Amino acid sequence: MQRTTEALTAPPLAISGLSVAYQKKPVLRNVSFQLPHGELVGVVGPNGAGKSTLIKAALGLIPKLAGEVQVFGAPSASQRKLIGYVPQRESVDWDFPTNALDVVMMGRYGHLGWFRRPGAKEKRLALECLAKVGMADYANRQISQLSGGQQQRVFLARALAQDARLYVMDEPFAGVDAATEKAIIGLLQELKREGKTVMVVHHDLATVKEYFDSVLLLNVEVQAFGKTAEVFTTANLAQTYGGRFAYLNQQDAEMNESGAASGIGRG
Amino acid sequence: MTDFWIILTGSLVATCCSILGCFLILRRMALIGDAISHSVLPGIVIAFMVSGSRDSFIMLLGASVLGLVTVFLIQLFQQSGVQSDASIGVVFTALFAVGVVLVSLNLRQVDLDLDCVLYGEIAHVHWNTWTLGGTDMGPKAVWLLGFTLLVIVTLVSLFYKQFKLCAFDPLLAAAVGIPVALFHYLLMGLVSMATVSSFESVGAILVVGMLIIPASAAYLLTDRLGLMIVISVAIGIASTVLGYAAAYVLDASIAGCMVCAAAVLFILAFLLSPTHGLVARKLWRRMNQQSL
Repeated sequence: MQRTTEALTAPPLAISGLSVAYQKKPVLRNVSFQLPHGELVGVVGPNGAGKSTLIKAALGLIPKLAGEVQVFGAPSASQRKLIGYVPQRESVDWDFPTNALDVVMMGRYGHLGWFRRPGAKEKRLALECLAKVGMADYANRQISQLSGGQQQRVFLARALAQDARLYVMDEPFAGVDAATEKAIIGLLQELKREGKTVMVVHHDLATVKEYFDSVLLLNVEVQAFGKTAEVFTTANLAQTYGGRFAYLNQQDAEMNESGAASGIGRG
Repeated sequence: MTDFWIILTGSLVATCCSILGCFLILRRMALIGDAISHSVLPGIVIAFMVSGSRDSFIMLLGASVLGLVTVFLIQLFQQSGVQSDASIGVVFTALFAVGVVLVSLNLRQVDLDLDCVLYGEIAHVHWNTWTLGGTDMGPKAVWLLGFTLLVIVTLVSLFYKQFKLCAFDPLLAAAVGIPVALFHYLLMGLVSMATVSSFESVGAILVVGMLIIPASAAYLLTDRLGLMIVISVAIGIASTVLGYAAAYVLDASIAGCMVCAAAVLFILAFLLSPTHGLVARKLWRRMNQQSL
């Protein structure tokens, strides 16, 4: 793969004028933004705001009506090895006959090309990735015997095995235990230190300020995009969530008082 | 010698079907296999009407095309808002009916017997032999099935990682650049081939049993895909042998006995599997209750 200087300085993900519709119903309308290098970016919005759709369209997994997606200055189809993807945990069948190590090795399939099979090198790398998410002891465990949080960590290890420069994660924090949440955020920080860019669909408004450098507020259209400190404001959230935000805000206030952290507006 | 050819034919059917069956049931597409096995009938008849011969390879081609058309139509209807099980039902019954009509229209010229299409006649395989340059090369069905098995084994082992990832996580497969649609249609094409090759021996209905039952039993017995395929094939071949023995003793339909044997093996797996089995689960529960 060509890695010119231009490719390295171009934004990790640049989307302009993206529109997507499912059977005439617009899901994304005229979405444009550019991810900055080496940041953790949260994507926040109500249910049905098109967050997962945005990710799938950015990766070229679903057809788009209009718009352009560039990854490091080229169409995403030619930059697949630079992208690591964590789908929603519920999107796969966890009863599939395979173990954790095997799932992580799947992260290498793109690099192996058409005919090469995963071998000792891939296995070693997969074990390293499992160790990074604290799952080394579970390498040979059948995946249905893992807890939800452990399954999520296996998915993250698989994305690490993709050895990408841009990571795109769909709700990695959904339904995980506190230990896994901590492990994931530690991992995101490490990726950031390595200069990688991570875009995360997130549903827990209470932790946005703590976790993300930038935030994209989405509800079919981009409502706001920028540094979390500047953009993650009550006014912008009210605009993004519409009428529902009054309720969320009240809950938020109660939660801040009690100091508890739990999911709000899962979507 | 007859026994040998029948068991060989049956084992080849079982092997072709059990390998593909694993991928079908893991992708929750067992019913698509059912649909294909029925809707290839018009393909066979049209291939016969166009070519005027019962050359198996031409029929294989015609049927494989129809198999892909089936899958394509089912997906088209699903995407246009028809419920998925309904669209499967509509497509395969309609195509099968077209096949029945075509057979009945051409009844005088075709020696395609509907009974044979539905139930197969494995006992007759050794009568229909292939002669090459004057020498008898053995039953045609064995050659056809052997060729199909070779294609299946070659493609599945060459693209094992792609088939596996497309079955487990098609989203990631697409994200890393694996042509998911291509492998989907490749699998469906192989299922069509296996179905047609097995047609003469076990018929359109019982071939579904060979596609689904051994793989479903294997699914209960292991937690590894590679091993699941091996076990599935072993169960398929065991059903063939046991089924033939039962048919010999009972003087009953051979293909029927083979699928019945597969069903018996499935029930054994269902009851006795060390991890998923009913008995193991009951025992485990009782032990836990006692320890409480």
